[in-house]
Amino acid sequence: MSFILRRLAFYFVAALVALTANFFLPRAMPGNAVQAIMSKFPGLQPSAYHALEAMLGVGHPGSLWHQYVSYLGDVLTLNFGIDLSQYPAKVSTLLGETIPWTLTLVGTATVIAFAVGTGLGIVAGWRHGGWFDRALPGLMFFQAIPYFFLALILIELLAARPPHIFPIGQGYSGGLIPGWNSAFIGSAIYHSILPAFTIVITSLAGWMLQMRNVMITTIGEDYVVAAQAKGLTSRRVVFTYAARNAILPQLQGFGLALGFVVSGAIVMEIVFSYPGIGLLLLSAVTSNDYPLMQAIFLVITFAVLLANLVLDFIIVAIDPRARTREAGR
Amino acid sequence: MTAAPPLVASTAAITAQAQPQPQPLGQWRRLPVKAKVGAILLGIFVLAAVIGPFVTPYDPSFQSPNPALALNTPSAAHLLGTTQSGQDVLSQLLVGIRLTLELALLVGVIATALSVLVGVTAAFLGGLWDDFLSLVSNVFLVIPSLPLLILLLGYLPQKGQTATIIVLSVLGWPWGARVVRAQTMAIRGRDFVAAARETGESTWRLIAVEIVPNEISLIAASFVNTVLYAIGASVALAFIGLANVNSWSLGTMLYWAQSQQALELGAWWWFAPPGLAVALMGTGLVLLNTGLDELGNPRLRDAGRANRIAGRRPRPADPTPVWQPAPPARGRLAGLTASFSRTALLERGGAASGTPLRARRAAGAGGERS
Repeated sequence: MSFILRRLAFYFVAALVALTANFFLPRAMPGNAVQAIMSKFPGLQPSAYHALEAMLGVGHPGSLWHQYVSYLGDVLTLNFGIDLSQYPAKVSTLLGETIPWTLTLVGTATVIAFAVGTGLGIVAGWRHGGWFDRALPGLMFFQAIPYFFLALILIELLAARPPHIFPIGQGYSGGLIPGWNSAFIGSAIYHSILPAFTIVITSLAGWMLQMRNVMITTIGEDYVVAAQAKGLTSRRVVFTYAARNAILPQLQGFGLALGFVVSGAIVMEIVFSYPGIGLLLLSAVTSNDYPLMQAIFLVITFAVLLANLVLDFIIVAIDPRARTREAGR
Repeated sequence: MTAAPPLVASTAAITAQAQPQPQPLGQWRRLPVKAKVGAILLGIFVLAAVIGPFVTPYDPSFQSPNPALALNTPSAAHLLGTTQSGQDVLSQLLVGIRLTLELALLVGVIATALSVLVGVTAAFLGGLWDDFLSLVSNVFLVIPSLPLLILLLGYLPQKGQTATIIVLSVLGWPWGARVVRAQTMAIRGRDFVAAARETGESTWRLIAVEIVPNEISLIAASFVNTVLYAIGASVALAFIGLANVNSWSLGTMLYWAQSQQALELGAWWWFAPPGLAVALMGTGLVLLNTGLDELGNPRLRDAGRANRIAGRRPRPADPTPVWQPAPPARGRLAGLTASFSRTALLERGGAASGTPLRARRAAGAGGERS
């Protein structure tokens, strides 16, 4: 079986586990959405209970297996039910409104952090023991800062105090109507600078440190020495011989760290009141909006799985070992 | 055991040879500077957690009725100022450090114990069990943990300290389990284990006396990681209100600061101390782990005497890495590289031995013990 196929099978299992956990959790836990509504609106008569159940589709008709199958069908057709706190909005509509914000911001910032961090890591690893390399322990401090705390600091320093260089939060200035016009896009970019900066600063150090460590060990390999001995230029040795091999574990780490990056970004969005999926998750948590919480969990999980799959294709493209396996050697 | 005392003795000798037991003081002197700084930093916080609640100047929850005491900047009476309702920030911090550290350490112990249990079991049972347990760990690694944590805690009726500890422990073990499994696979085939087995020691004794003690450094690194994860996750969860917000932890301090508009009021002394405490604790843990990493991987050490192959300094011949079966990576960052099954896939798939990646691992992780 080829590399990609094996990975696909793995992602399939992971997705199935996430879906199944998502299905059984509300059934295993005490408390449910209908009870949540009933307690929020004490004026409701007990007879409204069944009416609510039927309306929200959370009354559990049929056998467990039957429910499970219809649940899988619902997820496949992106039918996540109806939102409780912003009734009668559909959960999928709410998700559709917030996902582009998060995807653009977190996606761009993560890729920037990865690229810059890896580049700096190559330099630090190559000049092992140089001043740049020695500055690394300082960077570890940034690595340990929780995303949202750095966000708070940045807001305090750059947004809340008088020159007010950046806006305190939100995705765009009030009064603008979202659309493809320059005023709105400019405002959106302006509002996303601080959140993006937060992600880049906190995750940069990790990439850099890892790349540096792998570079140092790769540089000690015989084939790098051989390349050096052949009289190749340093540039060619660094990038074609050392960095190309050192970047493979870096890419693998990237896939794994995505979950952490996304998790950090979720909380960071809350601090910035950024209209993304993290803020939506907060409102879902505070209002016990279970259908929304579950849908968000699924969306984030699938996004991470998909990103991992893309990464697998990249690895196949640059790692000859994966490629030969791909060809079914 | 009674059958062959001389053999048992020699087994012990081999074990001792495989893992020399240095003196505690010598061990400390041998630690890299990073590990020392990290340990000291953590020691300060542990001290604060132990004595903190006894030396708080005020009751952290006491809301002063005097409006003049609300939102005070740091002063002699209130070293870190007061909150909007006149609560003393320093008292909250001292109590909060204990609760957060207590939670993180408990999660660290429970999750690490689980990971050792799963990792060793998978490596020893092998076959289908191994495949199954590895698959489970990989699945839990790839599913983003925070949304799942939020979902789990969101459904729980009461969101107290115990609930958080349980949920964090349940989701915190797969990482360590992977590393422990790989290391157990590597150690299992060593001579001293074979010798112990020949003397007729039971599997459990084999695991408890021969295998686990030889993985102590690895387990310690995994423990440090788990504590780091527990601090980050618990603070984030409390920050969004998924905790008992009436008790004082670093997370709930930030929660109240955020929900009572500390930022908009410009009250930096309110949210900076808890955030800084989290960051410093995290830095201490990262430093400790990087230091431990360097202890195991000599190439990362000695930055000053590093080989410069850009041609400025003649480099001594590096020892050519010797291949060992599946040695694990150590520490968080090295762990990142090894803890995903792509690697396993690539290496299991009959790639030529001595490829850079594999050789690197062998040199990096197994070097200390071989």
